[in-house]
Amino acid sequence: MTPGILVCSETDEGALELLTKGHELAKQLNFELSAVVLGDRNDKTVQSYFEYGAQKALVIPNSSFGALDAETYANLLHEIAKDNGPDILLIRSSRLGKETAGRVAQKLQAGCITDAIGLNVKGQDLVVDRYALGGNTISSEIIKTEKKVISIMPRTFEAQKSPVQGKFEKIDLKIPPQRIQLVERRKKLGESVNIESAETLVCVGKGISNKEDLTMMTELSTLLKGELGCTRALSSDYHWISEDRMVGISGKRCKPKLNVSVGVSGQIQHTVGVMSSKLIVAINKDKEAPIFKIADYGIVGDLYQVVPKLIQKIKSLGT
Amino acid sequence: MKQVVDLQQIRIKRDTREPVLEGLPVLFGDFDKNALEEAVKIKETHAAKVTVLSVGSGKLKDTVLEALAMGADEACIVVDLACEGSDTGASALTLAKAIAKIGAFDLILVGEGSADNYSGQIGSRIAEILNIPQVTYVRELSIEGNTITAVRDVEGALEVVKGQMPLVISVTSEINKPRRAPLAQILRASRKPLKSWTLSDLGIDPSKVGSGTSAIQVVTNLAPQQERKGVIFEGDVDETAGKLVDALRKEGALQ
Repeated sequence: MTPGILVCSETDEGALELLTKGHELAKQLNFELSAVVLGDRNDKTVQSYFEYGAQKALVIPNSSFGALDAETYANLLHEIAKDNGPDILLIRSSRLGKETAGRVAQKLQAGCITDAIGLNVKGQDLVVDRYALGGNTISSEIIKTEKKVISIMPRTFEAQKSPVQGKFEKIDLKIPPQRIQLVERRKKLGESVNIESAETLVCVGKGISNKEDLTMMTELSTLLKGELGCTRALSSDYHWISEDRMVGISGKRCKPKLNVSVGVSGQIQHTVGVMSSKLIVAINKDKEAPIFKIADYGIVGDLYQVVPKLIQKIKSLGT
Repeated sequence: MKQVVDLQQIRIKRDTREPVLEGLPVLFGDFDKNALEEAVKIKETHAAKVTVLSVGSGKLKDTVLEALAMGADEACIVVDLACEGSDTGASALTLAKAIAKIGAFDLILVGEGSADNYSGQIGSRIAEILNIPQVTYVRELSIEGNTITAVRDVEGALEVVKGQMPLVISVTSEINKPRRAPLAQILRASRKPLKSWTLSDLGIDPSKVGSGTSAIQVVTNLAPQQERKGVIFEGDVDETAGKLVDALRKEGALQ
């Protein structure tokens, strides 16, 4: 029996990203690639799984995301992966997926790595990269157990087509009643912006002393055709900026072409979220601020003088 | 709660990109403190006893004093050299055995992830071992009788969920602001009960935990390669802003 890789994502977007990488790994390791489909679907989107390399789409009719909690999700994945089931589970590291990863790993007595940012086959080994020590380092690790559970940060891999002949397979699983009841789901307050796809980001931190001064920062980000992002303090502690703009280890991880950090000291918990930017610009009055260590360009100076000047100069370019 | 080195003080060796961890102070992570704070808040409104549980090194006795000063009633620590290098599975097993030794409980509160590795696996694995439900990423918690109602923070949405105790709860930093221990409590902390256990106290075979049994082999753990230009302008505002705009234009970053 061919060993397998199983892709598990509650969103189609996530499934296609993981299938793309899964397909590459499956070829290198000579594994079979399958994907879990939650709910009784065989719509066009699910059919497109085959175009991204899935050899099997495992449809679980009596499940559907929305009513699914991590315990149930883990039970489902365990039923599929146990014994002769697939050895490598690639799970989208959404909050649901990350919680599920730990649970299913425990059931399978498997080693587990969460929030992976890289997957590479080296020799016979699958090497998994993740941030460690609060983002100070990247740890490259191998899972030694036969079953391997890996949750992968959303948007780590870009979905690319590589069509194969695939087939649907229905799996009827008994699903025990959930022990946690969902009472209500509501949208977060805020304008629900997706800063992760912004090409330019202006990230602001505690160097901003008044909420009113954000107007100036928004002007800069608009001028650069970008979005405003912020550190945890400005969102969680001060409540000046909605949480969907929070960047960092527990917020968004962004890959803009240009990131301008203004009044951001550069603590690792935040910078993890902008580390993949193509170009990083820092403006801070403290010459020793760690943000300058990861900057391509920087200005040591008072942001209240520098930012208006920048706005003026950029505006004059257009005229 | 997990003892971690002070992450802000980590230095990176320039030539090898290795982190230098020797001699760094150890402390509890911020998310762990949110979990403790929530426990103490529950204690203030319900009749509850708060026990801090931690597995760690010889310095744990000192680290745990802060938790006692913040309002925990007692501390149980597991200090055993054989635990060193334990993976999340072995750590969860050790914690679950210690929880069994502590006895009856209603809630196990953990942070959404540890400050250093942020793997978020411990809560999930403990819930599996003890076969109890878990509610993760909680930012609001209320208790009525045996029922908890929690507001969970998931991507872009908030979920209100209900569950029956006992269960595991993981909290986010939005749930509260951990108090600073008042001086009087700091002085009193060392007089609170502190139980220190070894693996044999928990009935765990030392060969089942530690680096030798770890399911994870670390190949390398290095600071990411920085290929940043590091061009920093200082001095007159007009001049530096001009230089930056010129540089960004050359990079094609301004249209």
